[in-house]
Amino acid sequence: MPKTLAEKVYEAHVVRSTEGEPDLLYIDLHLVHEVTSPQAFDGLRAAGRRVRRPDLTMATEDHNVPTLDILAPIADPVSRAQVDALRRNTAEFGIRLAPMGDRDQGIVHVIGPQLGLTQPGMTIVCGDSHTSTHGAFGALAFGIGTSEVEHVLATQTLPQYRPKQMAVTVDGELPPGVSAKDVILAVIAQIGTGGGQGHVIQYRGSAIEKLSMEARMTICNMSIEAGAKAGLIAPDRTTFDFLEAKPHAPQGADWDAAVEYWSTLRTDEGAVFDREVVLDAASLTPFVTWGTNPGQGLPIAERVPDPADFADENERRDVEGALAYMGLTPGTPLREIPVDTVFLGSCTNGRIEDLRVAAELLKGRRIDADTRMLVVPGSVGVKAQAEAEGLDRVFIEAGAEWRGAGCSMCLGMNPDQLAPGERSASTSNRNFQGRQGKGGRTHLVSPAVAAATALTGHLAAPADLTPVDA
Amino acid sequence: MDAFTTHTGTVAPLRRSNVDTDQIIPAVYLKRVTRSGFEDGLFEAWRTNEPDFVLNQPQYQGASVLVAGPDFGTGSSREHAVWALMDGGFRAVISSRFADIFRNNSTKSGLLTVLLPQEEVEALWAASEADPTTQVTVDLQANEVRWNERVVPFHIDEYTRWRLLEGLDDVGLTERHLADIEAYEAARPAWKPAALPALPA
Ligand code: SF4
Repeated sequence: MPKTLAEKVYEAHVVRSTEGEPDLLYIDLHLVHEVTSPQAFDGLRAAGRRVRRPDLTMATEDHNVPTLDILAPIADPVSRAQVDALRRNTAEFGIRLAPMGDRDQGIVHVIGPQLGLTQPGMTIVCGDSHTSTHGAFGALAFGIGTSEVEHVLATQTLPQYRPKQMAVTVDGELPPGVSAKDVILAVIAQIGTGGGQGHVIQYRGSAIEKLSMEARMTICNMSIEAGAKAGLIAPDRTTFDFLEAKPHAPQGADWDAAVEYWSTLRTDEGAVFDREVVLDAASLTPFVTWGTNPGQGLPIAERVPDPADFADENERRDVEGALAYMGLTPGTPLREIPVDTVFLGSCTNGRIEDLRVAAELLKGRRIDADTRMLVVPGSVGVKAQAEAEGLDRVFIEAGAEWRGAGCSMCLGMNPDQLAPGERSASTSNRNFQGRQGKGGRTHLVSPAVAAATALTGHLAAPADLTPVDA
Repeated sequence: MDAFTTHTGTVAPLRRSNVDTDQIIPAVYLKRVTRSGFEDGLFEAWRTNEPDFVLNQPQYQGASVLVAGPDFGTGSSREHAVWALMDGGFRAVISSRFADIFRNNSTKSGLLTVLLPQEEVEALWAASEADPTTQVTVDLQANEVRWNERVVPFHIDEYTRWRLLEGLDDVGLTERHLADIEAYEAARPAWKPAALPALPA
């Protein structure tokens, strides 16, 4: 029977399958961070259990880390205690940790690919919903809760039910200034925050095949915002080229064996998807969100919607609530919304390519006098690379702040937060109420829109900028 | 985990959809390393900023069944959202659609998440708004939700139901299959990556 890519990866990891019970799935890589793991380690200790495969487990500090003074002890005692707990737990159970200051430290979903630990055909989990990012390599990667973290630590497996299969096909050529972030925001606006529920989404089509690994990660990252369990993309030459020089990539004959296997990881002709969505790349434009969930987005040329236009009573109430929280008036052109803070970073758009795109636009320009811009590389590795390319100078000369690596203002567990009522354009993935700080208002955007917005002080597309030499 | 068999209590009608886990419990409460005491963070922003938020209304104090709009529990995988609801006195949540990770997490801690069609959710909202003392019974043995004269069946997969009824923890169940895990590991390709030892970049 023809199979989808996700079915192939799933089936290759079934340890045990019995009628009337979930399958037991083997986990190739377990990523761990400080926020969702302490109670899991406590559970292990209470039951007298060990970590079954410390060698298949990797931990990093990311959510709580300050992006200034990263070598000083964390000032917030509660954050510090959580990071200390991770250090104690990883030492006690023999798990590799990339602590603050380490060359491998960074956002968990940035360092996996960067180290080459993320490879095609793997099962990857983490106590973090954006584990879907790793699907860009053709891995089945999904977020789990703390009880499941404990389960994986103890057994290296997870009980699972077969997910449903969904295909999102994007064919054609993306217009200039339109990026992977715009693609995924458009997908979520179309299918809704529950549209992928119970499904694994495979992204495919000529527009997807042309994307770099960084861009593919941006798309898979936000699968969770469409409600999907995971998102993935078939591995190809682009994938193999990205991996080849990475520290943990297979070497020599192992590399050949791996590539041979990885090349079989494609959806068979005639495989059946439970749901299919098709998008025309050429029709896409820069996309921004106006509301308080990632499905509330529109092309930047549109206006803030009017609740009166929503027929369903519940939906109308939700839109009214979102606009009240966001402080927006129906009918306002999105481009006229002034922005206080621009955040460039996160596991969605904190990779080297994202920084390059923004730096290209900022080069030789100054950001708006009333707007602050935070640039937070996704990892120490990304930071080092950017500095080697001189991007840090470009950001600083444009008036932006160049920070240390971590999750930062994506969720504000560290000091990088919005003040109440403050409005941001953010390259992260969630515009939930209070996500970036109590009372903060978030518009999700691409790195290019973030840069154009920082330069103009209001939501803007790269095409709105006047040429530097003019 | 505590077993769940049947529970009777009053309803908190939460007429909102897309209730994400950042609303259920904001990130600042996630810095704790304990597994209990999260009730202070439950819906913290709405409780603080909205005087007429359902949990601020005296007639809904003591409610133990939360009835919410579709797409409840979206966003972050934080199991703290489940712990906060339980610490806040809730034993069951009813919605027409749950986010996958939230639903999964709920079944690990003994919070029952019940899928009902949206019209039944609306009926339950209406009933508890008309009379906040309305008692609803969520019966996992009979797979039914009952209130007033109404009886509505719900579906839950048999395995999860059994685990909840017995209060069984997954790790113990999986450990019975150690031989299968060892056999699988013996056949894994040697080139699969390992995090240890650390390799130079
Ligand atoms: S960057 Fe944001 S979304 Fe990504 S792991 Fe960190 S907090 Fe989560």
